[in-house]
Amino acid sequence: MTATRTTCPYCGVGCGVVATPDGQGGAAIAGDPEHPANFGRLCSKGSALGETLGLETRLLHPMMRDAGGALRRASWDAALDRVAEGFATAIRRHGPDSVAFYLSGQLLTEDYYVANKLMKGFIGSGNVDTNSRLCMASSVAGHKRAFGSDTVPGCYDDLDEADLLVLVGSNAAWCHPVLWQRMQKSRERGARMVVIDPRGTATGEGADTHLAIRHGTDAVLFAGLLVHLADARAAALPFIADHTSGFALALAAARALAPNLAEVAAKTGLAAADLRAFFSEWASTERVVTLYSQGVNQAVAGTDKVNAIINCHLATGRIGRPGMGPFSLTGQPNAMGGREVGGLANQLAAHMGFSPSEVDRVGRFWGAPMMATREGRKAVDLFDAIERGAIKALWVMGTNPTVSLPRADAARAAMAKLDLLVVSENVLSTDSSAAAHVLLPAAAWGEKDGTVTNSERRISRQRPFLPMPGEVRPDWQALAGVAARLGWGEAFAFDGPAAIFREHAALSAFENAGARDFDIGGLATLSDAAYEAFEPTQWPVRRPAHPPLEGEGRREAAGWGEGRAGRDPAVSSSMPGVTPPRRSLAVDPPPQGEGGAAPSVAEPRGTARLFADGRFFTPDRRARFVAIAAAQPPRVTPEHPLVLNTGRVRDQWHTMMRTGLSPRLGGHRPEPTLEVHPDDADRFGLSDGGLCRVSSVHGAATLRVAVSMAQTPGTVFAPIHWNDETAADARVGALVHAVVDPFSGQPDAKATACAVAPVASTLSGFVLSRRRITLPRRMFWAWSAIVGGYVARLAGNGAAAEILAALEAALPGCEIARYIDAEHDVGRAALIVDGRLEAVVYTAPAGQEPGWAGLLDLWAKPKLERRDRLAVLSGAAGPAGSDDGPLVCACFGVSENRVRAAVAGGCRDPASLGAALKAGTNCGSCIPELKRLVAAADRPMALAGE
Amino acid sequence: MSEPLVVVGNGMVAARLVEEISTRALGRYSILVVGEEPRPAYNRVLLSSLLADEIADADLELKPAAWWRAKGVSTLFGRAVTAINREAKTVALSDGRVLPYGKLVLATGSRPIRLPKPGMDLPGVITFRDVADVDAMRAAARRGCRAVVIGGGLLGLEAAYGLAKASVPVTLIHLMDRLMERQLDAPAAALLADAMRRNGVEVVLQADTARVIGTERAEGVELTDGRVLPADLVVCAVGVRPNADLARAAGLDVGRGVQVNDGLIASDPAIHAIGECAEHRGACYGLVEPGYEMAAALARRLSGDAWAVYGGSVLSTNLKVSGVPVFSAGDFSGGEGTQDLVFTDAAAGVYRRVVLKGSAVVGAVLVGDATDALWYRDLIRSGESVASMRHSLVFGRAFCAEAAPLLEAA
Repeated sequence: MTATRTTCPYCGVGCGVVATPDGQGGAAIAGDPEHPANFGRLCSKGSALGETLGLETRLLHPMMRDAGGALRRASWDAALDRVAEGFATAIRRHGPDSVAFYLSGQLLTEDYYVANKLMKGFIGSGNVDTNSRLCMASSVAGHKRAFGSDTVPGCYDDLDEADLLVLVGSNAAWCHPVLWQRMQKSRERGARMVVIDPRGTATGEGADTHLAIRHGTDAVLFAGLLVHLADARAAALPFIADHTSGFALALAAARALAPNLAEVAAKTGLAAADLRAFFSEWASTERVVTLYSQGVNQAVAGTDKVNAIINCHLATGRIGRPGMGPFSLTGQPNAMGGREVGGLANQLAAHMGFSPSEVDRVGRFWGAPMMATREGRKAVDLFDAIERGAIKALWVMGTNPTVSLPRADAARAAMAKLDLLVVSENVLSTDSSAAAHVLLPAAAWGEKDGTVTNSERRISRQRPFLPMPGEVRPDWQALAGVAARLGWGEAFAFDGPAAIFREHAALSAFENAGARDFDIGGLATLSDAAYEAFEPTQWPVRRPAHPPLEGEGRREAAGWGEGRAGRDPAVSSSMPGVTPPRRSLAVDPPPQGEGGAAPSVAEPRGTARLFADGRFFTPDRRARFVAIAAAQPPRVTPEHPLVLNTGRVRDQWHTMMRTGLSPRLGGHRPEPTLEVHPDDADRFGLSDGGLCRVSSVHGAATLRVAVSMAQTPGTVFAPIHWNDETAADARVGALVHAVVDPFSGQPDAKATACAVAPVASTLSGFVLSRRRITLPRRMFWAWSAIVGGYVARLAGNGAAAEILAALEAALPGCEIARYIDAEHDVGRAALIVDGRLEAVVYTAPAGQEPGWAGLLDLWAKPKLERRDRLAVLSGAAGPAGSDDGPLVCACFGVSENRVRAAVAGGCRDPASLGAALKAGTNCGSCIPELKRLVAAADRPMALAGE
Repeated sequence: MSEPLVVVGNGMVAARLVEEISTRALGRYSILVVGEEPRPAYNRVLLSSLLADEIADADLELKPAAWWRAKGVSTLFGRAVTAINREAKTVALSDGRVLPYGKLVLATGSRPIRLPKPGMDLPGVITFRDVADVDAMRAAARRGCRAVVIGGGLLGLEAAYGLAKASVPVTLIHLMDRLMERQLDAPAAALLADAMRRNGVEVVLQADTARVIGTERAEGVELTDGRVLPADLVVCAVGVRPNADLARAAGLDVGRGVQVNDGLIASDPAIHAIGECAEHRGACYGLVEPGYEMAAALARRLSGDAWAVYGGSVLSTNLKVSGVPVFSAGDFSGGEGTQDLVFTDAAAGVYRRVVLKGSAVVGAVLVGDATDALWYRDLIRSGESVASMRHSLVFGRAFCAEAAPLLEAA
């Protein structure tokens, strides 16, 4: 089979992937050595993509809910008729603002574009929002306030060029591992790294300095830095004078917030000496990149945090030049592409807003009859409106709001009130589909065809390498089908993604003339073949007819600092590493023999950096300093005395729809946990490995306790990944308050007041199953993938019989072998179909937890022998502890116990462990854990105390 | 001159006794075996296999005639002992001979019970005890008969299975609500009933026989609920009764069987009783295994070990209708203070139940897979603690050997 170059569907790093189908529905996955985002590297999640391509969880045909409430298979025609009719009815009766789309940063740009066009140009409402609202809306708002545009100024090469890398609220080692490795390479050549995070993370462990800042005080820290820059005469006064406005006010506000080091220390909880060292290092290092992620964005004052950071870069003129600048790391593969088309409710299209002239311009371009004239509802507001009944019809694409939204229980209840809920999904069953009236089968990664944009503005192709199964269609086709039924067929008569992309590119250039940052007019004439072959390219890519603004993208300016010149601009090319490696035919070749007057492309190679010339996209071309006000600290109450922080684990992504299918990603953190500082564990009676109930005023979840020194006392941390399909009661989104940033509308998912209490557990055990089924929810369980199925550890209060009954109900027609020792509360059962194990359950009293490692050979057997049927239930598997321990290296499946053994055998650093076990030699995201295990072996007493 | 030892009965237990004595004390006794059946002892347990045509007639033989000769054992087959003269220490034979004994061993076995119901004496109604019965059934099969077997115990099951295998349409009727109710619990009995049905036997439970109908010959079985099951052959397999007539006539203490003490000595010190005719500590056994154990104990005693005693047998049943091994042993009634470990795999036809009291095994029931039967029986006998392998126990010896160290390590 031939290899296909495509782009990873996970985080915003946007790594190039080479997929080689195996002809049986799967594919071999490798990093694309030519892709400038990763140069061949992949993280654990990307490496495991081949394990996520199966069809068993897929939705393969449209479904509609019948009068009796049951979902039944339907034809595309019938399903789209119903969608169109439902939307038309709501619009007729309640106006265009009674309908909405809720989209996803996993949609391709082309799908996004069509959705946005339909809603904002034809239906006439601004109600298009996306789960990117939960992820980087504060960055968008911060960029727009500072730059007049949603522009990421720099590029990944800056990470190679920087001398100081500051990560704020980012666990890049787990969430952006390939960039993390790139930054670690920079450290090897001498770059320093500072991590600012209230939580101890793998990223902090891998840095030179970890500043464990108090929750929500990042803006104070950067206000303090701004004050320091001014007082230490480290500010770039010429740049400030020539290219910015608002410095004095911003500095005054910063002085109010952070008058002196002692005040900053008191507010942030950091030691004055550490602050002094950080400020001094930042001030004296010209090449500094300040990267930030959800810890900054997902906050009640997230936009202010973003601007507090940007303020410091503006004050030093450290922006747009190699090795420096603020850098937003996005969490989704196409959050950026969504922003580009206008997939957020407060954007219109192509980085234009809702000013009358912009509405008019887009309206003329689209030939649109019903332009939206004002912003639509942002995610949290949108679901509030659904709850109030103001929204009647909703189309959700590629996201799972009942898991990921704050107050997720309320969102679920709200969705049940809709007259029409349409869900376009890859998978048959997600929490959000439960109330759906229409389910539309969407093309998945590997089938989809289009483009995505990564964190450095690089547009890459997602190319299909698998056929679309069943009746699956790309989302843009479903949207175009509805548009046609509503009478706008002509405006949506796209013959493929290339046509959509061309229109999108043309719109970006329409009446632009350098006024807007997002301009890919140079790609508006890509032929289908050129689109197919399109090489990863950073926008803007302008048309020659509109020469770029002076200096924009083409030239690098020298340093703006006081006498500290940057490196030779001629040496630091504007596009290091960006040049497409071999193909120069990424765009239409100029037609021959016609005098060369045919359309050509001025900058097919794109633009690595913006703003080096000090010209921004505000009306006066000056960047804006933003005066930062004091943010409210997280509010706790006597009833809810702890601060709940949420985030991700290394080997899972979002709600696990894809990563949850991969056995090698299942072993690292197989269960939803609540990380708790030992002091808080003592205070609330929690024990490591026990269960707890964590609750807020909005909802609750039952999680496994992980006592950790990495937590700050008073704060607890829970990962976001589990949903009602993958765990009993671990939708952490249900707890999160709906407090949003006033500028971005992004919810604050990092600081919800919560309470925690221990949950007694009388039972332990596990279930192996070929499919994830719903076990009794009053127990604790969470499915993680293993080879050939899933495993869930059981805990809580319940009886073996209950679990067996659930299995029998979910897996009818199985032969059942069982072993029961009622006196000792031990129950085991094997469910068998055609001689093959379909499920196995073991239960025992708490404290006698059985293990499953010894059963895996039988689990793999296609046909059990007679003796095997005894062996499955005999416990010959051995007790817990005969497992290999948690997985450390997901790429090569190296367990903690194997690492410990190798350390005992003489391996003293990650390099020697890599040589011995291969651990850490692919994505490298486990290297901090490897180091910790080496260190633990050096401190046997400490280990014993763990 | 060797002491004359007369053994009355030439069944399996008698043969075992002679074999044991001859290996321990050859020549100490002048042994005479007197038996009613006109052939040397044969393996009665295999009669159903013979009926099922799974083995040949010759395969029943326990020891060839030459073996008996080589051991210097005198045999008188086809003759019954009619009386014992304890004063004179002689026995009288049906052919008129009177023979002296120094020691007398009664191994007269048991007789099948015929239900006290009308029609039970009609031609075509037989029991299932010996080769002659098997011959009768085989003849019936050749005639294309239909058969009803009365009794869902060990014998009845074997008879029904054998007949089914001999292509006789057969209905097994049983008074109780489950087969082998004294040996099996309900789930095990249900598995067994399924297996019997798969083997072509129609099983009718809670069927109380009213009478055998027919004038010249048996024509069917009528149940008390009025149902009539047509049959040319009726096999009555409702149980056996110890054959203690001779002892009773000789004035020995007889209850249900010939009462013996732990030395297997009857109320006359020169007379012993073993096997199914004996009653030991109030128990009569209807199975060969306890008889073998008695034979072994008695052989030791007769060979000079004055302390050799028989302490009773753990009741175990090992039924081997083809493809359906069934085993039970000990107390599986599940009374107070007992704990059940139960493994069920209905699809595989496997059921295993081990009953514990404290940390010891007191009972076991196995269906479908009885490979560990003797191990369980030994555990019951030894009473050793099985606490360390509790959760492997039901899966058998091999699993316990594997798992025990792991579990201890935990």
